[in-house]
Amino acid sequence: MTVVTRAEYCVIACAEAWRDNGEVLASPMGPIPSLGARLARLTFSPDLLLTDGEALLVDADGGLEGWLPYRRHLTMVTGGRRHVMMGASQLDRHGNQNISCIGPWEQPARQLLGVRGAPSNTLNNPVSYWIPRHSPRVFVERVDMVCGVGYDRAAAAGPSATRFHRIPRVVSDLGVFDFDTPDRSMRLVSLHPGVTVARVREATGFELTAGADTPFTRPPTATELRLIRETLDPDGVRDRHVGAA
Amino acid sequence: MTDKTMTADEVVARLWSGMTLGIGGWGSRRKPMALVRALLRSPVTDLTVISCGGPDVGLLAAAGRIARLVTPFVTLDSIPLEPRYRAARERGSFALTEIDEAMFLWGLHAAANRLPFLPVRAGIGSDVMRVNPELRTVVSPYADGEEFVAAPALRMDAALVHLNRADRLGNAQYLGPDPYFDDLFCEAADAAYVSCERLVDGFAGAVPQTLLVSRVSVTGVVETPNGAHFTSCAPDHGRDEIFQTMYATTPWEEFAERFLHGDEESYQEAVQIWHEERS
Repeated sequence: MTVVTRAEYCVIACAEAWRDNGEVLASPMGPIPSLGARLARLTFSPDLLLTDGEALLVDADGGLEGWLPYRRHLTMVTGGRRHVMMGASQLDRHGNQNISCIGPWEQPARQLLGVRGAPSNTLNNPVSYWIPRHSPRVFVERVDMVCGVGYDRAAAAGPSATRFHRIPRVVSDLGVFDFDTPDRSMRLVSLHPGVTVARVREATGFELTAGADTPFTRPPTATELRLIRETLDPDGVRDRHVGAA
Repeated sequence: MTDKTMTADEVVARLWSGMTLGIGGWGSRRKPMALVRALLRSPVTDLTVISCGGPDVGLLAAAGRIARLVTPFVTLDSIPLEPRYRAARERGSFALTEIDEAMFLWGLHAAANRLPFLPVRAGIGSDVMRVNPELRTVVSPYADGEEFVAAPALRMDAALVHLNRADRLGNAQYLGPDPYFDDLFCEAADAAYVSCERLVDGFAGAVPQTLLVSRVSVTGVVETPNGAHFTSCAPDHGRDEIFQTMYATTPWEEFAERFLHGDEESYQEAVQIWHEERS
């Protein structure tokens, strides 16, 4: 077996977000989370539901198994049987996420997508994040517009905000992160092989909790590597969606 | 029975400046683009637009017709960010009511059901509350005592939607995988105008679940083949991706000059010629 690439570690780290999730909808946004969700479905989380990216629920081979138009997808969100992995233009140390705009909201320097479903996602079902290019421009002290709600903002908003709020993990091209600290601030969980803690700190715009002996992200098994390379992504799309190491 | 067929220009003649206008579809999917183009040919302006935004919003924003936009996002789907909308927002061209998707859906349900609001577990904790200071919360009167956002009804003066088939009475059918929110738009509006790919004489033999829109909520019906162009209208036609890319990358004046100066027929002709020039 050849050397495992950074993109393949990212796929594994994304797939791990859905381990032990049971029978819920995996909603990956973007190509790397999509590969991760499908890999999880084919291996350790076989009960996951997947969509075709539009209105259909599909099985591991892409065969039709259900109907999920937008209006029903929103019930999947509020019903809680879902774990989404969203992107983020900005993400702060408590997990507040921004996909709306950069600069003042009234007249932004850069208009982005808009809040989309981030406010309801974060209050209703587990939300993880995928950041393809880890940099201080993304990992900021304070986001310009809170779309996805972080731990500090949820706590301040009260029990109906915290009741179902959970951010299981953040995966970037440098490592895996969570918020399992006393003040619910971001913590480095594992480094992708070849990355150092110093490199991550340099690329993060806020103080990050990191132990001295941070482990490396686990390598794929032989089966997983074969599935990624031969079944899920034979054209190597994954390499074009992970920041240069 | 009332024959509700009319032309796109007759629809627009019933619209007025300053009104609240809902636009169906989703992003760059099954948008009533021919009706939007007819609107661009008219002097109607100063609109409050309610839309899950796509190029409908981009075109109206570029032409300066929007006073306020109510939306959870604006996207071209295959091109994540709508460049015309972005440019207009970065110029500060219009007011924005930016709400969450669930607030949008339940706002439509509230309007369709003549309720002032419906509660949603979305918004609190987020900056949706900061940028929309008029939003209020409600507390459950039951033992849980939970607090929710009271998503305001998205009532509109008129709605524009595009479906695959319609009859002359205003019954309309979608044939693609997703109804989006088009039935709710029609029910939430005082007047609703349905454009369709093809007018039919009734729906004998149709799968009844595809009959999305009822004539009871429809004011006018317009037959406009390829009327969702360049957005998708499955299964009649997919999104015209290369045309959309050209739209997104061509200077606005140049695009408007070539494609938006005439009526719908000349638009469709200009699109065809553009494709022939490329091949």
